Amino acid sequence: MRITLHIWRQKGPHDAGRLVTYEVPDASPEMSFLEMLDVLNERLTAKGEEPVAFDHDCREGICGTCGVVINGIPHGPRAATTTCQLHMRSFRDGDHLTCEPWRARAFPVIRDLAVDRSAFDRIVEAGGFIGVNTGSAPDGNSIPIPKKTADLSMDAAACIGCGACVAACPNASAMLFVAAKISHLGLLPQGQPERFDRAAKMVARMDGEGFGNCTNTRECEAACPKEIGVEFIARMNRDFLRAGVADRPEKATAGGA
Amino acid sequence: MELKSNVPEGPVEKKWEKHRFDLKLVNPANKRKYTILVVGTGLAGASAAASFGELGYNVKAFCFQDSPRRAHSIAAQGGINAAKNYCNDGDSVHRLFYDTVKGGDYRAREANVHRLAEISVSIIDQCVAQGVPFAREYGGLLANRSFGGTQVSRTFYARGQTGQQLLLGAYQAMERQIGTGMVKVFPRTEMLDLVLVNGAARGIVTRNLVTGKIETHTGDAVVLATGGYANVFYLSTNAKGCNVMAIWRAYRRGALMANPCYTQIHPTCIPVSGEYQSKLTLMSESLRNDGRIWVPMKKDDARPASQIPESERDYYLERRYPSFGNLVPRDVASRAAKAACDEGRGVGPGKLGVYLDFADAIRRLGEKTIADKYGNLFEMYERITDENPYKVPMRIFPASHYAMGGLWVDYNLMSNIPGLYVLGEANFSDHGANRLGASALMQGLADGYFIVPYTIGDYLAKSKLEKVGADHPEAKKVEAEANERLKKLLAIKGKRTPDSFHKDLGKLMWDNCGMARNAKGLETNLQRIPELREEFWKNVTVLGAGEEFNQSLEKAGRVADFLEFGELLCLDAHHRRESCGGHFREESQTPEGEALRDDQNFCYVAAWGFKGDGQKPELNREPLTFESVHLTQRSYK
Ligand SMILES: Cc1cc2nc3c(=O)[nH]c(=O)nc-3n(C[C@H](O)[C@H](O)[C@H](O)COP(=O)(O)OP(=O)(O)OC[C@H]3O[C@@H](n4cnc5c(N)ncnc54)[C@H](O)[C@@H]3O)c2cc1C
Ligand code: FES
Repeated sequence: MRITLHIWRQKGPHDAGRLVTYEVPDASPEMSFLEMLDVLNERLTAKGEEPVAFDHDCREGICGTCGVVINGIPHGPRAATTTCQLHMRSFRDGDHLTCEPWRARAFPVIRDLAVDRSAFDRIVEAGGFIGVNTGSAPDGNSIPIPKKTADLSMDAAACIGCGACVAACPNASAMLFVAAKISHLGLLPQGQPERFDRAAKMVARMDGEGFGNCTNTRECEAACPKEIGVEFIARMNRDFLRAGVADRPEKATAGGA
Repeated sequence: MELKSNVPEGPVEKKWEKHRFDLKLVNPANKRKYTILVVGTGLAGASAAASFGELGYNVKAFCFQDSPRRAHSIAAQGGINAAKNYCNDGDSVHRLFYDTVKGGDYRAREANVHRLAEISVSIIDQCVAQGVPFAREYGGLLANRSFGGTQVSRTFYARGQTGQQLLLGAYQAMERQIGTGMVKVFPRTEMLDLVLVNGAARGIVTRNLVTGKIETHTGDAVVLATGGYANVFYLSTNAKGCNVMAIWRAYRRGALMANPCYTQIHPTCIPVSGEYQSKLTLMSESLRNDGRIWVPMKKDDARPASQIPESERDYYLERRYPSFGNLVPRDVASRAAKAACDEGRGVGPGKLGVYLDFADAIRRLGEKTIADKYGNLFEMYERITDENPYKVPMRIFPASHYAMGGLWVDYNLMSNIPGLYVLGEANFSDHGANRLGASALMQGLADGYFIVPYTIGDYLAKSKLEKVGADHPEAKKVEAEANERLKKLLAIKGKRTPDSFHKDLGKLMWDNCGMARNAKGLETNLQRIPELREEFWKNVTVLGAGEEFNQSLEKAGRVADFLEFGELLCLDAHHRRESCGGHFREESQTPEGEALRDDQNFCYVAAWGFKGDGQKPELNREPLTFESVHLTQRSYK
């Protein structure tokens, strides 16, 4: 099949970018989208043109590294599918595909289709964990967890941190990503002690990183390759409100004989 | 060189306990004076970095991905083993130990494996406490399944995303330590070389993959947790970035490389569809619990599966191994698939595939039950192949998957270079010649959470380490060499891409050093690989500059190391004239075509030492002694 690509080329974070047109006249429907880009890159290199930079690693839809906005849709047209899992049979012979990076203030472009998503790591650093040190855990079966609760927590935990939710949102909001982590941990009994504090800290960091607000467009849910639902955002908002009430300064712990 | 395994005295089940007591401790107030460099943030690296930070050490952690959460561990599907015996089906620490030693075809170090089995139970507790959402029964307790050829249910899992959930647990624990200031992470940073001062590991040279800046980081110990080298075959189930650079560079600086020829070929992967194929996708082995594997009896049978009657199908695993059937270990299943295809009975494009058929299971259990169990896998298969496995049998073929070999380490997980520790898939120790399913995650976390935090303290407490800064002459020298190498790659300006060399190497490795090996094929490789390497250094093309984000340069550096490492792998395979585990030497088989081990001559770890470019590496042997298990030939008949 013949595919015409209009790919965003940008040398560095401070350079201006533009769309450049390339032809792949002999794509195969069995190829993955990224394999088609590989073929293009091998040819560009052979001609002495610098290949298109794009991020990828597992190519199995689990690491969250890949991400291209294809014809305006993060990860392309197929629902619940990462860019690396998208195959060319999702397109037709003769199609024109515009390929752009995630666009958001909090995700600056590094080069071409690769962006910097380290803001997500900093949100997790702010509180996206359960504070237990190695070695201090009780037996795994000492806290029974209803299957339903564990399953729901797992639904939220399935987030791969790819950032498609941010790329899809007209406000570049990171609410779905943050809500997924807050829900994954906040649903479990182990996550209760830090639940409200966690929500407060993660939301504060999210705001500090320059993500936009949520205006309920639900584009994030539609773009999410793991089908994480917006109901987790409602749960996060509740936890965040409770946090305001629960906050009190801590006392020093040193003392004794 | 004499290899000191430093296995403690005493009965195998008491060794670790005794050793922990004998290890020296670092005073809490002194811990913050030490800096530990951790390369790799997969299960092994992230769990180690988090634990070091909690103990009070300063930690710098490195990974080449854009976030530590994306390490290749994220892709593990099936599960993690632990000897909890929650199912009351006869499991125990001793049985997990025994299964792992036997599964590894008696080529692992017994004491290490026992420790691994002991620690397995604490890992589950730790992960639950961190909030890993393991699958549960309706009563609220943890669920288990049986996995990969074991007869007890000891595998814990989180849907088909166990690796992801375990890694997120470790990553979050590490992020927490970043918040406390104990850990600093350097993502998109690649280790290019190792710095030794007075013979001890004291630093690493890195390249910032965004800016291209070359830097030296120094510390009191270096921990490599850089994963496996299955990508030496080019096509594998590993993530595209997985590479051998870190351990290979350490090898060139004097660390010993142990058993590189022990690689695992996984039997259930989706077959290759074309020349452009960039990686292979694993279909979880749990599918073999219900799927039946077969090929047509006739050669070159072009009929679709539905038109081949029952009487003309060969369920070859059930036929050859009646007691284990479709559940034989990975190495056995992979070789049998290859044999069927070699006979011209393969199916699908290129005839490199066998059927994995769920028709019987669907008839017996109903489509809904099968969908509940394997729905996500079936979906993944359909997405890739455009075929519906509820209607037509899946096609599968073996693919390179895991590296049992790696840097040699002693009982403390320290290599022969003082202060250089190696964890997870990057070391060689626990799986012998063949790894059982769901045991790599267990090993990575055992190493990182529960072993190295103890053993590294002993080293630091006993060593007198002078301060070493990035301006140390040794550091400067190594940094200059790393720079030189990159410049050289950029200056060649030849005609072929790094990938094209990688593909050629992969083909040589797969054809002559894959599921079955013989002296002649290996000798071909030992001649061809150096030639290919020579061509690479004359004719590779790497566009762009060193001081920028340059994915071609990253790739070229990795391929260059694979081109050296591949040769050592073949050399090791050539010297080991026995079949064991994943290493099947055609010259060493039983009359029925099963693997024939040679304990008389090869019951040792082969640890190779670098002697200079163009020089033959030196072979060092660590004899393996078994005090609590008896060596038997594996039989799954
Ligand atoms: C598809 C698949 C499914 C699997 N399923 C299972 C399973 O169900 N159960 C099981 O037990 N095992 C499974 N395994 C095996 C298991 O996932 C791996 O063996 C294990 O996760 C390896 O962990 P690790 O921490 O050693 O390395 P990795 O997770 O590979 O991490 C390596 C780290 O090192 C870094 N790194 C590497 N080189 C450099 C360098 N030069 N400079 C800087 N950083 C570097 C990387 O960035 C990364 O952070 C599976 C493997 C695959 C491929
Ligand atoms: S490359 Fe890992 S999710 Fe796409």
